[in-house]
Amino acid sequence: MTDTAPSSLSKYSGGAGAEPPRLATPSGGAKPLVQRHPSVLIFIGCLALFTLGITILAEGFGIGVISTSFVKTLGKTLCLCLVALAMDLVWGYTGILSLGHMAFFGIGGYAIGMWLMYARTELIVVESLAQAPLPPTPQEISDGIAAQIFGVVGASEFPPIWAVAHSLPLQLAAVVLVPGLIALVFGWLAFRSRVTGVYLSILTQAMTLALALYLFQNDSGLRGNNGLSGLQNLPGLGDVPQSTVSMWFLWASAAALGLGYLFCAWIVSGKFGSVLRAIRDDEARVRFLGYSVEAYKLFIFTVTAVIAGIAGALYYPQAGIINPAEIAPIASIYLAVWVAIGGRGRLYGAVIGAAFVSLLSTWFTGGQAPDINLGPYTIQWVDWWTILLGLSFVAVTLFAPKGIGGLIVIIERRTTPNRHGADLGPDPGALREKEAET
Amino acid sequence: MLWLCRLFLFCAVAVMPMGAGAQQLDAPIQQLLQTHGEIIAKSSRKSIGPAIDALAASGMAEAQVVLQRWQDKEMWFNKDTAVFVFAEEIENRQLRLFDVSDGSEIGTAEKNAYKQLKPNSGIRGMIAAALVQFQLSDPDPNTRTTALDAIERDAEASHLAALRAAIDSEPNIQIKARKTRLERLLTIRFDDDDDTRIAAIVGFKGDLGVDVRAALNPLVTTRVEYAETAPKGAVILIPGADTLGVADAYDLMVSAGDAPARTDASTIRQTLIDNINGTTVAGIQIATLDNDAARLKAYAALARNGAADPLVTDETVRAALGAVTFFEVFIGAPPRVATAAQAALDDIEAAVAFNQTADLALDALSLASIYFLAAIGLAITFGVMGVINMAHGEFIMMGAYTGYVVQLFIPDYTLSILVALPLAFAVTFGAGVAMERLVIRWLYHRPLETLLATFGISIALQQLAKNIFGTQARPLTAPGWLDGSWVINDIVSISYIRIAIFVLALTFLALFLFVMNRTRLGLEVRAVTQNPRMAASMGINPDRINMLTFGFGSGIAGIAGVAIGLYAKVTSEMGADYIVQSFMTVVVGGVGNIWGTLLGATMVGTLQKGIEFLNPSNTLAAQTYMILFIILFIQFRPKGIIALKGRAAEA
Repeated sequence: MTDTAPSSLSKYSGGAGAEPPRLATPSGGAKPLVQRHPSVLIFIGCLALFTLGITILAEGFGIGVISTSFVKTLGKTLCLCLVALAMDLVWGYTGILSLGHMAFFGIGGYAIGMWLMYARTELIVVESLAQAPLPPTPQEISDGIAAQIFGVVGASEFPPIWAVAHSLPLQLAAVVLVPGLIALVFGWLAFRSRVTGVYLSILTQAMTLALALYLFQNDSGLRGNNGLSGLQNLPGLGDVPQSTVSMWFLWASAAALGLGYLFCAWIVSGKFGSVLRAIRDDEARVRFLGYSVEAYKLFIFTVTAVIAGIAGALYYPQAGIINPAEIAPIASIYLAVWVAIGGRGRLYGAVIGAAFVSLLSTWFTGGQAPDINLGPYTIQWVDWWTILLGLSFVAVTLFAPKGIGGLIVIIERRTTPNRHGADLGPDPGALREKEAET
Repeated sequence: MLWLCRLFLFCAVAVMPMGAGAQQLDAPIQQLLQTHGEIIAKSSRKSIGPAIDALAASGMAEAQVVLQRWQDKEMWFNKDTAVFVFAEEIENRQLRLFDVSDGSEIGTAEKNAYKQLKPNSGIRGMIAAALVQFQLSDPDPNTRTTALDAIERDAEASHLAALRAAIDSEPNIQIKARKTRLERLLTIRFDDDDDTRIAAIVGFKGDLGVDVRAALNPLVTTRVEYAETAPKGAVILIPGADTLGVADAYDLMVSAGDAPARTDASTIRQTLIDNINGTTVAGIQIATLDNDAARLKAYAALARNGAADPLVTDETVRAALGAVTFFEVFIGAPPRVATAAQAALDDIEAAVAFNQTADLALDALSLASIYFLAAIGLAITFGVMGVINMAHGEFIMMGAYTGYVVQLFIPDYTLSILVALPLAFAVTFGAGVAMERLVIRWLYHRPLETLLATFGISIALQQLAKNIFGTQARPLTAPGWLDGSWVINDIVSISYIRIAIFVLALTFLALFLFVMNRTRLGLEVRAVTQNPRMAASMGINPDRINMLTFGFGSGIAGIAGVAIGLYAKVTSEMGADYIVQSFMTVVVGGVGNIWGTLLGATMVGTLQKGIEFLNPSNTLAAQTYMILFIILFIQFRPKGIIALKGRAAEA
């Protein structure tokens, strides 16, 4: 019985098209991942086609139908899809509604932004000091860079957190390590004391708020609310046009998304994934079965934070600027909105949701959407889009908990055993059958 | 002498200028003026002193008028007879003349027969100082108060005597107290006798007034000096150890010319640049000078050649500093007075610190009551019902905007607030009931989705408020009787609005306790919370109770919004500013217990004010640290300060 319970759950919420072999062991047997989950192949295929299509149509290497700025928008969207994948893993599969993953995303962006800004300013400073009668000392170069970067907040010395900003490998390590460590410490504290459910959500939101408020200070060492800017210019590659750079980042983002999807699919497909879903559905029972629930949650929380950090590191060089407002709690809430609209508990749902909503949002807030004239009042979408988003989010929560991803299930006409809509678990708040069916 | 002769001549002949009244040449004030007529007419700042002093010391009431009008450039004197008159210019180069003794009109005269006294600003200042003593004993209390204000603003040594003379005759007790206090302050600053000053200083021990500290602080000013050996009694400073840094100490010697300036990096760089010879400096290739060691070497070479000043190293500095002794001397006052002032200041510091703590406690209490107000609605919806409502902040905002709209229609602030409070409750009660009916009741068993759906509503409501009211802050003006603050002393004070919010918070606490413990609704709410099915079988309609409870919690948020709007600006984001703190308050206090919420609010408020006090320039950092602290706190008491036990905890 203990064996079949997780496997039946995995059938409910596992990857999309796969019909798990009824008699297979929970670990999924010896078949390779893609064979068990054809959806992974389909997704990778679509992503490859999309990237190829954009490459052909864009200015960088193709015929130039798509503008560079739109390529950047698409590249950024791919990064958002990646962080949405992480959110789906932590929320849709494990049931931890984290309202802090956009903070990890921002930290990744800050980590790479520090190197980009340092290295580019260093080039400028070295060039200007080369005119001086004496060759500059390392101290003079460092002082010059600091004055350039921190002049805007009235400082002229490097704060300690910039200690390794000169080194690309170390900053790249920071992209992974800083979000990972923060998530590890925070998660350890939170899970250890059994903070769950909405409490955990509020706690993560508080953490995000604290981080954003901290970064808003001028003496935080990260230029306060000025943030880091000029990130779209890669140091040493000033001659390469932005149309080419944008393609590089699009490829990198697509590759990261593809790898991230593979990784997430791999995590959720095996026995590990079954345990995650079991934790989501009835944490106490999993604990009684002898699993170390806290370790599983901590692992998934940390891993998704790392994925979010990587996504941020790819996003912000395309956005060109990062400031603390991007880390504010509302950003993480939007992330949850994307995943919910796309359909949580399905990896492709998160990707669809993030892509769909963020592109739609760009379209509406960019002023391209036609205004609706109602006679006495004109609905301007720049003002009303947020309201529409908020209300449609409520509607999705109420009427379509499966989100857009649910449509695909309907198309597939998959049926589920009829349990008359009862709760799957004995406690209030346990997963209901309607939500669990896939 | 000539003036006296003229005077006699004048008295004898008694020539009257044409006109009505008679000029009283023998009036004492005219006599006095004539005595000093020469220097008055000369009108030089250097020599005028005795004349003004004589007028001031005469004690005559007319002297004040004379000084006043002299200051106002209304005094003239006859070019021939030197008789002083008051005059005003009328048309046809004529003057209308008045007598100096009683101000009565004495007719008109040709303008060129008289000369106007035009005191310059220096003299006017002296006259003003002399006038102070008259003003200080003026029958009108307002004039006396004004004179005291003037002295407080800009005190001079001459005021001291005037003030002392005016104390005993003062009938008004309050003004007398002010005069006495001012006299002692001026004594500290201007008295010649050290013992008198020290006595005055000692008298101010523990006084919190800013004026006292302003008077004492200049006395304890010190200057760092140095010599071969320190004079007796001076406080010896060791460079680098006490408050005196090595660099500062050495700079002192450099600026006195007793030591050569330090050779810092920029000096080295400049000297090297000045001595560039082709591609080398002192025989060293320029290209190699890209680090400090190489530059130092090149500079040393230059110094050996005599092309640069000798290198001043740390050892040079140490040697120079070691040769002399640094000490502090008082420059503001004689040492005895300064020491007494320092002792008094230390004493005042202690009193100030104590009062600041009291003030901080008041601030913290008022912040706590604001958090409590913001959180009490949440304590009902979240604490009692277990429904997480992320749009709670937007209900606060709706209440505040209701207050703003009411003020647009009712200009009387007192009345509008009285209307706004129930109206805000009604509006947010309705909104809460609508939200419960339409959204929340479908999600009672899915807390995470309740959280998300209410987030959606929160986003939509915020944007809606932006669309309707714009992004700029809207004012919600408090009635006039809430303006100002209750000042206990110079340090401890609290504004009436904050007191009102505190009272409002207490009222709500009482209201909450009454509703929950003493009414049918409260009983039913508790029943439904503990066991909905059992409650239903007892004839309670759980749907209706949930709806009413949610409406009640939302309505209180609306009233809190009016209160918060009174002291902060009303913006579409004001709710979002409070939502996290409100949840923290509820969670820290312990879910489901109003006393816990009270404690939680007190803790969060005190904590934030405490951190702000330690780092006053940075409220952002204060909030950051507070949130971090709360995250840590929840580690140790996951269920809050007051954790529910037994059956209630299971509900």
